Amino acid sequence: NKTQSHSRGEYNVYSTFQSHEPEFDYLKSLEIEEKINKIRWLPQKNAAQFLLSTNDKTIKLWKISERDKRPEGYNLKEEDGRYRDPTTVTTLRVPVFRPMDLMVEASPRRIFANAHTYHINSISINSDYETYLSADDLRINLWHLEITDRSFNIVDIKPANMEELTEVITAAEFHPNSCSTFVYSSSKGTIRLCDMRASALCDRHSKLFEEPEDPSNRSFFSEIISSISDVKFSHSGRYMMTRDYLSVKIWDLNMENRPVETYQVHEYLRSKLCSLYENDCIFDKFECCWNGSDRQVEFLSLIVMTGSYNNFFRMFDRNTKRDITLEASRENNKPRTVLKPRKVCASGKRKKDEISVDSLDFNKKILHTAWHPKENIIAVATTNNLYIFQDKMN
Amino acid sequence: MFVRGLKRKCFDGEEDIEGTLAGIKAIPSYNLQRQSLLDMSLVKLQLCHMLVEPNLCRSVLIANTVRQIQEEMTQDGTWQMINTQSTGQASLDRLVSTDILCRSSRDHQAEEKHGPAYGTFNKDFESDQAQDNSETMSTASAVQPPRNLQSNVWEMESPQENKGNFQKSLDQIFETLENKSPNTVEDLFSEVDSSYYDLDTMLTGMMSNTKMGHCDSLETFSSPTNTASNSNCKSDLNDLDHIVEILVES
Repeated sequence: NKTQSHSRGEYNVYSTFQSHEPEFDYLKSLEIEEKINKIRWLPQKNAAQFLLSTNDKTIKLWKISERDKRPEGYNLKEEDGRYRDPTTVTTLRVPVFRPMDLMVEASPRRIFANAHTYHINSISINSDYETYLSADDLRINLWHLEITDRSFNIVDIKPANMEELTEVITAAEFHPNSCSTFVYSSSKGTIRLCDMRASALCDRHSKLFEEPEDPSNRSFFSEIISSISDVKFSHSGRYMMTRDYLSVKIWDLNMENRPVETYQVHEYLRSKLCSLYENDCIFDKFECCWNGSDRQVEFLSLIVMTGSYNNFFRMFDRNTKRDITLEASRENNKPRTVLKPRKVCASGKRKKDEISVDSLDFNKKILHTAWHPKENIIAVATTNNLYIFQDKMN
Repeated sequence: MFVRGLKRKCFDGEEDIEGTLAGIKAIPSYNLQRQSLLDMSLVKLQLCHMLVEPNLCRSVLIANTVRQIQEEMTQDGTWQMINTQSTGQASLDRLVSTDILCRSSRDHQAEEKHGPAYGTFNKDFESDQAQDNSETMSTASAVQPPRNLQSNVWEMESPQENKGNFQKSLDQIFETLENKSPNTVEDLFSEVDSSYYDLDTMLTGMMSNTKMGHCDSLETFSSPTNTASNSNCKSDLNDLDHIVEILVES
């Protein structure tokens, strides 16, 4: 009962299914992990839901359908399915549907395999709802949802000599309205916008978005922290948002030389970069997301959300320029209570309730957050738990 | 986990200079920290190549970092200095805090004028950690080693064994560097002791691994073996056997 669960704020697992299994690539003698890298929902067209899920090498289309009724009263079959002897049938009746306990079925509908040499990091469904792209470290492929034995390579940045490789693709997304436009981000902090109408292989970008480096912040880690871990278009497609290690940037598609807004997620980590390099945290890939909106109107892309360490996540309001830090943790928040804002003390004297940088737990990282497409409900994933929060106004 | 936050007291001219810097004790010089970062990066790359399917993005970023350091060191002219210092001293104790590296390059101008000073290092940890205003993650409880093959390797092995193994490989890297002018990262890597990768293939029995997989940017590693280093690596065989066992188990 959906309304009830909103007011009670409790959620139960709807369905669980195994999407991918570990596989062994005999040619390379490698095991392909079953770990899911990305999930994308398709727009709903009928009662069933469809989603694409991908591991490092294979994308699968899953159909998720509900069954809460079953037919009873067949004339030729018993309830358990056995056929009746027709000679024993003396009357006829119309079978009816009777309610049953909700059953959720997930069935694989398509398997898109063998198109990626490198690890898939992104999938994005096109606004035509017929095609989608999948991106790995060096290539992007275009698929048709109905066709599994063929895909088209639309971006290839693999150098002829792999020793010359200095940049990889980190994320890719289709424009929400223009079905021939997509963007992809790189490990050097650039975003390239490509138009598939220009050529079959989009090796030359139509636009290149890059912010010039700030010389006062230059260090050996500059490139690593500029690597973009996620890119998301705004609802109208006029803007896009990128996440790099320390910040979230909002770009106007009409302006390539710098972002229009920059939000610092955890600037206090800038002086810790060497330790973060040492323990590999500097390579963590955080995602970012916009607030939900049921209309593709720009003024509704208001809030940006992204994760950080110590089970903190951050939200930025583009209009008021206010930001908030919240924590997803059972110990510190009772269910159904309002989350208390957190503050990290970067330096100097620590105030009460502030947390010092040195006591942050870098194993507790929030890499994935999601906003309900229509309502103010968010899902936040910590290492072992999924938290669902909703706007207290509901 | 790599040893972190160890401050070295540098002798031979460094002390006086450090002493004048607002009385801060024993801050390693920029050159030392840069060297430490280079060592760390090379170790990461080597470990990365031991994995069957390393993360390509991470490898590329680390390789680019190494290239940057190398370019800067070439410009400095400090590249030649390393060779005289590294043998017998390239050790994990040099993974010191590198807060200076996180500052801008303008701050480094003054320090660089004094030139590199790689005196012998006192291994005793002398500086007062409480006064340590550097930005290392000093609280051990706060930062547990992430679930990461590199850190597992370090934890399982005894420190002495670790130093022996990787010291040899770092030494071998620098030996080869002595003989060439390091113009490109490719040169840097092309004559690196590939015995590790031979061991890898010996142990796993799959020759193709060193050539395939995603760490293609380092595929120069699989160049013809250096016969001199083979004898070294055979003696390390048991240690690396142990490491591979751990990697497979984890």
